[in-house]
Amino acid sequence: MAVVEAQVTGGGAMAALRRAEPVVIPVLALLAGLAVFALFLLTQGQSPAAFFGYVWQGAFGSVFSWMNTLSRAAPLLLAALCVALPARLGLVVIGGEGAIVLGGLAAGALALPLAGVPSAVGLPLMALAAMAVGAVWIGMAGALRHYRGVNETISSLLLAYIAIALMNHLVEGPLRDPASLNKPSTAPLADGLQVGMLPGMEVHWGLAFGILACILAWVVIERTRWGFAARIAGGNVRAAEVQGLPVGRLILGFTALGGACAGLAGFFEVAAVHGSANASLAAGYGYTGILIAFLARHNGLAILPVAVLLAGFDASSGLIQRRMDLPDATMQVLQGIVFMAILMSDAAYGRLPFFKARG
Amino acid sequence: MRPPVTGIGADPLPAGALEVETVGMTMRFGSFTALDDVSIRIAPGSFHALLGENGAGKSTLVKCIMGFYHATAGQLLVARREAEIGDPRDARALGMGMVYQHFTLVPSLTVAENLVISRADAPVVIDWAQERAGLEAFMSAMPFRVPLDQPVARLAAGEKQKLEILKQLYLGSRFLILDEPTSVLTPDEADEVLGHVRGLCQAGEISVLMITHKFREVTAFADEVSVLRRGRLVGQGRVADLTHDQMAAMMIGEEKALRPMDRQGTRGAPVLELRGVRAVDRSGLKEISIDALTVHAGEIAGIAGISGNGQMELMEVLTGQRALRAGEVRVAGEAYGATRQEAQAHAVRYLPEEPLRNACAPRMSVIENIAFRSFDRNGKGPRFWLSAAEMRARGRDLIAAFKVKAADPEGPIAALSGGNVQRAVLARELTGAVRLLVISNPCFGLDFAAVADIRARIVAARNAGAAVLLMSEDLDEVLELSDRVLVMSEGRITYEVPAAEARVAEIGHHMGGHAA
Repeated sequence: MAVVEAQVTGGGAMAALRRAEPVVIPVLALLAGLAVFALFLLTQGQSPAAFFGYVWQGAFGSVFSWMNTLSRAAPLLLAALCVALPARLGLVVIGGEGAIVLGGLAAGALALPLAGVPSAVGLPLMALAAMAVGAVWIGMAGALRHYRGVNETISSLLLAYIAIALMNHLVEGPLRDPASLNKPSTAPLADGLQVGMLPGMEVHWGLAFGILACILAWVVIERTRWGFAARIAGGNVRAAEVQGLPVGRLILGFTALGGACAGLAGFFEVAAVHGSANASLAAGYGYTGILIAFLARHNGLAILPVAVLLAGFDASSGLIQRRMDLPDATMQVLQGIVFMAILMSDAAYGRLPFFKARG
Repeated sequence: MRPPVTGIGADPLPAGALEVETVGMTMRFGSFTALDDVSIRIAPGSFHALLGENGAGKSTLVKCIMGFYHATAGQLLVARREAEIGDPRDARALGMGMVYQHFTLVPSLTVAENLVISRADAPVVIDWAQERAGLEAFMSAMPFRVPLDQPVARLAAGEKQKLEILKQLYLGSRFLILDEPTSVLTPDEADEVLGHVRGLCQAGEISVLMITHKFREVTAFADEVSVLRRGRLVGQGRVADLTHDQMAAMMIGEEKALRPMDRQGTRGAPVLELRGVRAVDRSGLKEISIDALTVHAGEIAGIAGISGNGQMELMEVLTGQRALRAGEVRVAGEAYGATRQEAQAHAVRYLPEEPLRNACAPRMSVIENIAFRSFDRNGKGPRFWLSAAEMRARGRDLIAAFKVKAADPEGPIAALSGGNVQRAVLARELTGAVRLLVISNPCFGLDFAAVADIRARIVAARNAGAAVLLMSEDLDEVLELSDRVLVMSEGRITYEVPAAEARVAEIGHHMGGHAA
């Protein structure tokens, strides 16, 4: 029936609907999540209108708030890629936080021997070290999956806890700067090893690299044979095997690539924000990245606006705490509700009457 | 509908083995008749075998008896009384039970626990001391035992199947349906289990209807046999009066006019060679073992066999999805490990069974699925950057050339009908030079037009000089397409004959696992 109808209405209309579906459904899910959160606010005796007003003001209302939002978006872009890249292979990796933390730690540790080296040499070395450590860390989850059949979701999450514990141990022990009294940290980075701001903005270079990485990820997935092979394996691993595709190498490669992105986020956190590696690295960017990747349906280009939106919520949380007297955890409630809505919306694909061929 | 006849009220059913009879049982699904006027009587205490090829209607018949389906027409008599069975619980209340091909036990629980929880009336709080005593008494009255304290996970397959039968007796079943009960057992285990079942029949405890493919088991254990083909009862009789060849002839039908296809060309050099190939099968219990198999250019070698005799594993060996334990696979004289480079270099193509499940990414588009073989190559060699325009143009050309009916070629391939998915996969696999084509059940579940179309394509590939290895559970298909027929049974190639000399009865004989 559907086929006959579609031939009558023509392929063009169907193609347009098909393209709209992956945009419309996440947007609807986001709105539904926000609506449920509004109910939550009402139970707290707060006005949803005031809440969203403050979000607008705190996140996008002024140049200053835009700068704040974009600064927070930088690590989120890279953290979301750590989820989105393996997801195209059908893997759900949720331990990006571990790669961020260890990437930052590697950058902070390497900065000590590199003090005095020109920044053109030192910064790329630190970035590469951070990416390599992140790649190995998430790549381990991929390797466990491929060689031993261990669920990558669980292993990457547990590896993140190990990473945070390892970072705490090293920062409070062997790598601790004796001068850091209240907050154990590695030694402050030499001036030449700090990443500056983008020209004319109060946002560090991490944003540019994050945007670049998202565009590159999109190109790799959509326009190269590696990405196509990964999509086949993600779509049906048996079909990929019959085609002789190297499924194991794809799993290792894409988990490592995702881990490298998260490691790079850690590098920018240390070299552009904190100035040394310490417990502030575990700020939850890795977990927010999961939400962003799912909202963006693991599409590199869609990650850009979604990361900015989520960074905006994050940026406005201080204002909301002060003005509305809501606790810090309110934003986590919001994120949790939106995430549930996104996960549930997955069941809606191919079912919404609007997107069905009429008939 | 009338309430089901049960043991409660009226006259109780007689004790001991039950007599069960179907009268004119007919089952239609839409316009398709799965079961056509089947009348079978299972005498009390008899061991009745039900033979038939895949899709012959055996499962439909037992599902009608057990109340999973409601027959379109016909009656069921239990102990010579009409019984209306609304659902499987009614069947159970009458003392009818079923043992399935796969186990229905909870592996982490002990034998005793499994038995007690299987009872419909198991109490909320279980008095284990009392239950234990009851179970001990029950076991001691049985001709065979299973240790009560063992967790089921530690039992061997044969023990588990014995436990399944004990469970039915414990539940009070006096008529048992066994659905291929030995398919997961070794031959020795199978003999032991069926020997016990036969003993119970002879003792007048139960009557049994056993679905099977294996003539050997029929001869060794059953008293009577009924044969279904295409939903009809085509033969019936006492096992003692029938030979294997007679049963095979009933099961498979008369000799048919073969090879309507136009064949050209002559057999060329060997392309695919398997030597001493050994691999573990799916269950991990048995081994597939191909001592020597050669397929030449310009021929179709067809492997006939009942499903589950190692065809799926052989396919996985050839696609590189299953590791070899020993032996080697060679293509055009070179060792072949089914990597993409090797498949590309030797022009090896595959049509796995159930293409949507094994050969397609369902949510990717028709055009993308058609590009699976070619996306990483341009005319000259490997390419890194995809070309969406080339992919689309090529996809549309192939969709037209292979007559794939796709309203929206850029929509997901899962939206196509089974025949069109198979046409799309054929379009992908049969384009360009093909030296070796490995096929498994290419027409399963497809309509008549698609079947004719797809078979013609396969013969065309052969005529163009490809070596074709065809595995199919449909013997007619094997006979129609093949130049040479092989039979696979219990993981081995047990018989080989040129198609021109193939005799259905002889092939059926080997398919049933009875080596001459």
